[in-house]
Amino acid sequence: MIWIAIRMLTGDAQKFYGLVFGIAFSTLLITQQLTIFVNLIERGASGTYNVSSADVWVMDPVSRTTDVNFPMPSTALDKVRGVTGVEWAVPHLRAGASVRTSEGDLEGVSVIGVDDATLIGLPKRMAQGSIDVLLQPDSVIIDDVGVTRMFEDGRSPIGERLELNDQRAVIRGVADAIPSFTSQVTLYTKYSQTLRYVPGTRNRLSFVLVGAEHGVSPEELTRRIEEQTGLRARTRDEFAQDGVDFIIQNTGIPLNFGITVLLGFIVGVAIVGLTFSLFIRDNIKQFGALKAIGVTNGKIRKMVAAQAGLVGLIGYGLGVLGTVFFIWGFSGNPTFKGFYIPWQIPLISMAAVFVILALTGWLALRNVLKTEPASVFR
Amino acid sequence: MAEAETQTQAAICSRGVTRDFKAGQQTITVLHGIDVDIRAGELTYVVGESGSGKTTLISIMCGILWPTEGGVRVFGTDIYDLSDTELVEFRLNNIGFIFQQYNLIPSIDAANNAAVPLIAQGMDRLEAREKAVAMLEKLNIGDQAGKLPSQLSGGQQQRVAIARALVHEPRLVVCDEPTAALDAASGRRVMDLLREVAVAEDRACIIVTHDNRVFDLADRILVLEDGRITHDGSEMPEGH
Repeated sequence: MIWIAIRMLTGDAQKFYGLVFGIAFSTLLITQQLTIFVNLIERGASGTYNVSSADVWVMDPVSRTTDVNFPMPSTALDKVRGVTGVEWAVPHLRAGASVRTSEGDLEGVSVIGVDDATLIGLPKRMAQGSIDVLLQPDSVIIDDVGVTRMFEDGRSPIGERLELNDQRAVIRGVADAIPSFTSQVTLYTKYSQTLRYVPGTRNRLSFVLVGAEHGVSPEELTRRIEEQTGLRARTRDEFAQDGVDFIIQNTGIPLNFGITVLLGFIVGVAIVGLTFSLFIRDNIKQFGALKAIGVTNGKIRKMVAAQAGLVGLIGYGLGVLGTVFFIWGFSGNPTFKGFYIPWQIPLISMAAVFVILALTGWLALRNVLKTEPASVFR
Repeated sequence: MAEAETQTQAAICSRGVTRDFKAGQQTITVLHGIDVDIRAGELTYVVGESGSGKTTLISIMCGILWPTEGGVRVFGTDIYDLSDTELVEFRLNNIGFIFQQYNLIPSIDAANNAAVPLIAQGMDRLEAREKAVAMLEKLNIGDQAGKLPSQLSGGQQQRVAIARALVHEPRLVVCDEPTAALDAASGRRVMDLLREVAVAEDRACIIVTHDNRVFDLADRILVLEDGRITHDGSEMPEGH
């Protein structure tokens, strides 16, 4: 009977494709939007994850994320270095600036000052050049988002001169970095150089990056630093999560994406529900005849479940495939750089598809089960 | 004793069958205590005007509509004493249906349509199809086995419906207005065909019709008027 059910469904090509489209569209909308949402809010942690060598981030107690920070006096560095369990501690400065290119374009940039001696604070990988280029005068390393944004014509940024807050800067390398939430251009340079590029108040130190001694856990070290210095210390993962939480709490993104996902669900229910109901209505005489002949309600349920299952399988597969193609297709765009589909998202959309089909299937099935076999004689 | 003997001999034995329908606040009695036996080996017509209760009567006789009062025995089984599942299974194994609109599944071919009762019984699909093709051949449309219902003429579709009703060798065949949509010649051919394939020593065939062009082909005619049997004989009474 399952075979008959499948043939009944696929035989009505218009409704079959309508059902598959409904599920595929719903899956695509839910999976794609959730994927973008998760990847976007993970960008809130990009500043932390770009500095992979730091076990602990130390900051002023009011600082919240890599981008929302309050400068500390430079003496904070010495305080942190004095804490037992700290293997190394280096200064880290993050500030905003304006850049004028040789073409006269203006671009807002984020300037990151890394430790002069060790260069800790740079992204792990370089796309072009090496980190040693920062040892040359006026050197800056630009991130790959910045290359795409500031050098759209495809020319190499290496050797390009910039006017960075009225100071001369020369691009000598390209970092392979995770873009920030706003995809703002980021320039890396030495800490001492940054102080020159970005004038400011007496206190300039944004963070102290700390490496833990062997055998000391980052959690234990943060506790010790907070106790002994009065500063705020977060492990790398905690600070990354702070960045994500900040976006969730301070932007309308979760609500907007949530609404879109909900719309995907509602559209799925509407299209599939309507089409399924029409399909059942068109075949109600056949279902009635089957019931009269001697097909039990249990078998009818299995038939409708098989029809829903087939539609769900194909539609869901197409929807997820659509999302994969979307992410793959836009992977060259810096806005989508590093985007991936977390394994939980296809499971969530599968659950949504299941709910859509269970709901619409149940509504359609009610009509079949309510149909009296005797109705075929009327 | 005589009553009991009659019941064992009859294919269908209906006793005191009454059926009421609710219409708003009103209760309409469609059948009034019908007592009738349908014998195997006979082509029995149930005849009557629209609304006389003939469809309600055969629906009750074949176990798809519960009587308000009374009982029906089909080949000795009191079908309304069975549980819902047992009744469905009883219908599947013992009754073949030919519907006025045929109700064939449009997306499967004639052979598979005819094989539906066997597939529902759990038979392997290919084996069921083989048996169905054999039945279609018996009905002279074996060459149409691979065609969809939409590719068949009305007469051919009806033969597929007949094949579906007979493929599982039921003991009771119930037909609803089989000639309603056919011209006189086609109607007679269908009735001849039913007599040839559906009527057997151990099988009862009951047909609801109001087609007076085929009355002469019946072995027995039951006339229903206002929910009561007013005539039971081998010919139509005068004036009908």
